[in-house]
Amino acid sequence: MLRRIFNRLLGGDERRVDSRTIYIGHRSCPASEAFIPPPKFCDNRIVSSKYTIWNFLPKNLFEQFRRIANFYFLIIFLVQVIVDTPTSPVTSGLPLFFVIIVTAIKQGYEDWLRHKADNEVNKYPVKVLEDGKPVDKDSEKIKVGDVVEVKENETFPCDLILLQSSRDDNTCFVTTASLDGESNHKTHYTVPDTEKDLDSLSATIECEQPQPDLYKFVGRMHIYKSNQEPAVRSLGPENLLLKGATLKNTQKILGVAVYTGMETKMALNYQGKSQKRSVVEKSINAFLLVYLCILLSKALVCTTLKYVFQNKPGQDEPWYNEKTQREKDTNLYLKMFTDFLSFMVLFNFIIPVSMYVTVEMQKFLGSFFIGWDKDFYDPEIKEGALVNTSDLNEELGQVEYVFTDKTGTLTQNNMEFIECCIDGFQYKYHDSSSELDGFGVTYGPMSKLQQKAGWEREELFLRALCLCHTVQVKESTEQPQGQEDGQKNQVDGSVLDGEVPSAPQEEKGFIASSPDEIALVKGAMRYGFTFMGLESKTMKILNKNDVEMYELLHVLNFDPVRRRMSVIVRTRSGDTLLFCKGADSSIFPRVKLEEVERIRMHVERSATEGYRTLCVAYKCLSAEEYEHADKGLKEARLALQDREEKLTAVYNQVETGMSLIGATAVEDRLQEEAAETMEALQGAGIKVWVLTGDKMETAKSTCYACRLFQRNTELLELTVRTLEERGRRREDRLHELLLEYHKKTVQDSPLAKTSWSVGNQDYGFIVDGASLTMVLNSSSDSNTSHYKNLFLQICQNCTAVLCCRMAPLQKAQIVKLVKNSKGSPITLSIGDGANDVSMILEAHVGIGIKGKEGRQAVRNSDYAIPKLKHLKKLLLAHGHLYYVRIAHLVQYFFYKNLCFILPQFLYQFFCGYSQQPLYDAAYLTMYNICFTSMPILAYSLLEQHIGMEVLLCNATLYSDIAKNAMLRWPPFIYWTLLGVYHGLLFFFGVRLLFGNLALPDNGQVFGNWSYGTIVFTVLVFTVTLKLALDTRHWTWINHFVIWGSLAFYVLFSLFWGGIIWPFLSQQRLYFVFANMLSSVSTWLVMILLVLLSLLPEILLPVLRKPRGPHARQKKMVESSEGGLQSPRSPARPLLMRTFSDESNTVI
Amino acid sequence: MMASSYNAKEEDGHHSGSASHGGAAVVKSKKPDNTAFKQQRLPAWQPILTAGTVLPAFFVIGLIFIPIGIGLYVTSNNIKEFEIDYTGVDMNSACYSCAKNFSWNSTTSCLCTVDFTLEQPFESNVFMYYGLSNFYQNHRRYVKSRDDSQLNGDMSALTNPSKECEPYRMSEGLPIAPCGAIANSLFNDTLKLYYLEANGTRNEIPLVKKGIAWWTDKHVKFRNPGGNANLTAVFQATSKPVNWRNPVYELDQDPENNGFINEDFIVWMRTAALPTFRKLYRIIQKKSSTMPTLPSGKYVLDITYNYPVLSFDGRKRMILSTISWMGGKNPFLGIAYITVGSICFFLGVVLLIIHHKYDTRSTGADIPN
Repeated sequence: MLRRIFNRLLGGDERRVDSRTIYIGHRSCPASEAFIPPPKFCDNRIVSSKYTIWNFLPKNLFEQFRRIANFYFLIIFLVQVIVDTPTSPVTSGLPLFFVIIVTAIKQGYEDWLRHKADNEVNKYPVKVLEDGKPVDKDSEKIKVGDVVEVKENETFPCDLILLQSSRDDNTCFVTTASLDGESNHKTHYTVPDTEKDLDSLSATIECEQPQPDLYKFVGRMHIYKSNQEPAVRSLGPENLLLKGATLKNTQKILGVAVYTGMETKMALNYQGKSQKRSVVEKSINAFLLVYLCILLSKALVCTTLKYVFQNKPGQDEPWYNEKTQREKDTNLYLKMFTDFLSFMVLFNFIIPVSMYVTVEMQKFLGSFFIGWDKDFYDPEIKEGALVNTSDLNEELGQVEYVFTDKTGTLTQNNMEFIECCIDGFQYKYHDSSSELDGFGVTYGPMSKLQQKAGWEREELFLRALCLCHTVQVKESTEQPQGQEDGQKNQVDGSVLDGEVPSAPQEEKGFIASSPDEIALVKGAMRYGFTFMGLESKTMKILNKNDVEMYELLHVLNFDPVRRRMSVIVRTRSGDTLLFCKGADSSIFPRVKLEEVERIRMHVERSATEGYRTLCVAYKCLSAEEYEHADKGLKEARLALQDREEKLTAVYNQVETGMSLIGATAVEDRLQEEAAETMEALQGAGIKVWVLTGDKMETAKSTCYACRLFQRNTELLELTVRTLEERGRRREDRLHELLLEYHKKTVQDSPLAKTSWSVGNQDYGFIVDGASLTMVLNSSSDSNTSHYKNLFLQICQNCTAVLCCRMAPLQKAQIVKLVKNSKGSPITLSIGDGANDVSMILEAHVGIGIKGKEGRQAVRNSDYAIPKLKHLKKLLLAHGHLYYVRIAHLVQYFFYKNLCFILPQFLYQFFCGYSQQPLYDAAYLTMYNICFTSMPILAYSLLEQHIGMEVLLCNATLYSDIAKNAMLRWPPFIYWTLLGVYHGLLFFFGVRLLFGNLALPDNGQVFGNWSYGTIVFTVLVFTVTLKLALDTRHWTWINHFVIWGSLAFYVLFSLFWGGIIWPFLSQQRLYFVFANMLSSVSTWLVMILLVLLSLLPEILLPVLRKPRGPHARQKKMVESSEGGLQSPRSPARPLLMRTFSDESNTVI
Repeated sequence: MMASSYNAKEEDGHHSGSASHGGAAVVKSKKPDNTAFKQQRLPAWQPILTAGTVLPAFFVIGLIFIPIGIGLYVTSNNIKEFEIDYTGVDMNSACYSCAKNFSWNSTTSCLCTVDFTLEQPFESNVFMYYGLSNFYQNHRRYVKSRDDSQLNGDMSALTNPSKECEPYRMSEGLPIAPCGAIANSLFNDTLKLYYLEANGTRNEIPLVKKGIAWWTDKHVKFRNPGGNANLTAVFQATSKPVNWRNPVYELDQDPENNGFINEDFIVWMRTAALPTFRKLYRIIQKKSSTMPTLPSGKYVLDITYNYPVLSFDGRKRMILSTISWMGGKNPFLGIAYITVGSICFFLGVVLLIIHHKYDTRSTGADIPN
């Protein structure tokens, strides 16, 4: 009773309960003492949309005005509406309205698309079992506990626990392509012992609360049978069918809904990534602050001077200009305040509302160029680059650190079985059919040593390769075969046709989560041991011409921490065998020492040749041992809490005392142009760190192959090996080594810098996961930060850093460490697999490679490219250009608004500080929207101050813009001074012209609006021509837009002044522009002022010649010469054999 | 001016002929289009500023600007301008008593006479300006205090002027026409110019009061309500501006220059940009080709002193000026052109020296492609 109340109380707040109970088919359970009313679970509606029709307007407006800039403009607008201000509310209201409307339309459209997608999912017809009969329902009506029927090729409408499958072996196949991109079929199992008749099934499921990890699920099922103790079955991820996955190769299944709607793992996973902000945005905000200060001080100065001025006799209210009654009645201090606000409004254009729009448009439109680039198109996967976010385009030009994964990124992840070693004897596979069948039968001499291991050992080794994996045989649906008979036929066929035994199997193909496994299985196949597939827990192996059957008892899954996996199988004869394969470091401690000695040499040799090595061990389990292990495993699998830990413990316990059979070597070829890309990145001043889970030797050889390490690079190792070599405490040794390396790299380097070219020692740093843990989590806190600092400084002074044996989280840790280090450098992570996701998310820019290990990296990345080699162009060409474009855009925007508003400010000194605007309202409004916005937008999309080809061949150009070079304070001050100079020139130039107001040749005089129009015309022309001078890449679009906007300005001015506009209360500009053009003096002064403004612009690049194109050209010639004579090419390490052919083919 | 290279990167247009069969169409949708725009390979002109290109530009600018500047300077110097302050601040000045005894209520106008001598004859048309100093016609409250639709002859605006005209909108319950501070403070001194012959007789110089306002203002922007006839009737229900002596329909006898289209009024309504300004008052037409318009000699300026400026420390001036193609006298432009031209020329020389000393090699540097 108490429990009931307790549950009810907490029912509303599910988060506090760590498990949920589900009644299958909503049937109460007879055995439980009381039916606990299930807490309300959310329905199966997927809501990815943000708005509804009703709340769109308020919610969207609220969202938009949360942005600081929009809010600022709203405030300005409100001030204009409330207070009597010099400019009408339209001048700031119209642009704001425009921005808000455009954004709202865009967001509304996106939301409408989401609504459509939601509806498609939510109204999808599903069959729900009610009283044993399937009833059609909308997908959104599914409740937790409903039993749902799903047919082949349908997607699961919610997360289901598989109860029944139409397949005989109580399995079903699904593909999770839409979830993580892995297109292989995954096997899921029904809960054992559920009755065939679901009507009479009375059971509850207890499972954890929804959580986003796709690969984790713990739960248990209580099955109540009449007069029996309830049976308990454990539930794991293999029982859970995820929403979004598709049923394959299975006619239909029945499952009970456990998580619905927004609580499904898919929905939980699609919750937004954290927003990444670029440095440029931070710079903009800093500049914005400066301009806000300028704005405030301007307003303050004007307000103060206004009251000083009004104190002079007769100036506050001369007879010709009396105040209105309301003005007279207002309190003095209130008036001061409103005056201040009025000045703010008058000068508010200094912070342009349109800049944000333009920046966003530039980013959005600019990002298309990446997707459009045909150089990023990979004919193999038939895809180009993918841009997931356009906010970080310019960040690509600022990268200082590249963290790259090894497998699949630097290398192709296209594994090929190269050699193996059995009991210390080496077997090398030669790709010639004559020797192919020699292995098993004639034990043909495969090793140079002409020695071989015993025939039993060879067979055992190959059996281990065939059994110890999770590979599936791809079932071809087009050729329906009687499952077992068909394969038997094939077997028979192969016996008859002995020449081509493996051909049908090759066609069938294998599917596995890791390409290593396929390589191993295929390798074993070459030697005559063919894996036929797994059927109802029986693995079949074709050994030359016998079919061997093994009962698969347990799979001890692979995980990156253990770095090994095992299977427990029972042979026909009843022996229980455990086969284990894994990294040498995780296998060696678990086998006998003398066996290790025989194999270690081979493993290390293979590793230095750049192969991935795995060790294979086995163990015969006695009946008691198996019993014990079986029990332990089952118990651990049933555990609801800490299942992972418990399982690991059991695994560790089982996988001991094995005997080592041999090792395999699998080659992972380098990606195309990997070395060139790395070289280019290093040439660009980018530090490349390799973060891999692989072993040190393999990773090191890859680094050599990629030319990250050169022959003359001195390697500094901080690994378990170096830490242990002198038999002292690891901590002491760590301390010692860190200090030693620090001395070498940091303290001695200034000397090296002075003699830059001669004798400069390159350092490479190698650290492994275990040592890194010690550095980061040292025993004492004071040491930790000290070590961290030392570590970072060492790393930063090395040309390349290799971190091997990294767990995914450690990768992210490293990225974070560098990201938060001094100077907060921009980091980029590139990877292709799920294990890289954490570092991709952590780095400033995350790049996913559309590789073989699923789509998770791509999904979580900011940009995705098909191949590593595309990184070069992405950074050196696209990134560089994007950065230059947007930096120029930002500086230009601030500049053009400063020289726009400065004359207005100066005018206050001549109009009695009365907030009289210098320009007409139309000009104030249109300046940023129409007259000067298009040229800069075109510039910021099309500019190539240096051609793409030049950028690509000359990587050093990249370092010219490193560290936000174009948006630091010096260039900002330069632009600001330029703006001030122009503003002063415009105002006082025209002021001097207006020394005599009789400007036309008919003696008539010009008024204040003529003054403003002349200043404005000079301004528009100067600002546009300034951009024209900066443009180094004139396409027809630039021509069109630059000359077009000038023409538009002139035409607009003529038109605007040519008509008496009925909606205007004052015809201020009536024929002002045309009259202005009738005066020769005005023309002359405009030409003079434009020229004088641009004079420094023309002069500076000429005086700054050493950094001009001449130097660049020279530099380029030198570097290309240097490239030819580079000592690198002969310096390639022993990997010539492995990689030289490849690099030849690429070039 | 700029070294340039036409760098047309040709579009390598090998479009795969895949549109024909369906399978390839799917492929094509993913493959980026090979267009010049999408590949950022639009043909482009790539100018680069170098000393070699800028040098001639500087010389050319210098060579063009210096003559223009000299021309402007000479023209400006040839313009005759005479200016006389008649405010009457000084005890000795003729208008001292008028300025001192000014009262809004007096019905009789105060008259004063200023003598002056023109040293040089004014040859062509002479333009007569009045100038005001320290008069903030560009004060915001002042600038907006007008109703352009009323001035454009709108009947409803005539009887109900815009709120902007406050506090010069209504007077004694009647709408003011023309309303607003600008109109209210219309400059109403009358200036008359006499040539003092050697024998002492005063020859009145004819002053033309047409053609002093912008043509478009006079003919389009300003219009009398209901045409130029019967102004008295039209303005019946309105009140004259507070500081005016006569209602708007009595500004002039000439119906083409009366009411809102009175040119003096229109000129005044074009607010000045700066607190010291001049406005065109009258034109003295050149009569014969032999006689100068204003010969050198003594002149007398008769002033009907109506306009008080001392209360805000203002000044009033009368200006006589000839006009050239560049407008009134303004030495600034000429000096500026000469200066900029010289600077450019000088820079050109300096650059030439630098150029020859340090960079004797190739000048036309383009980025090779």
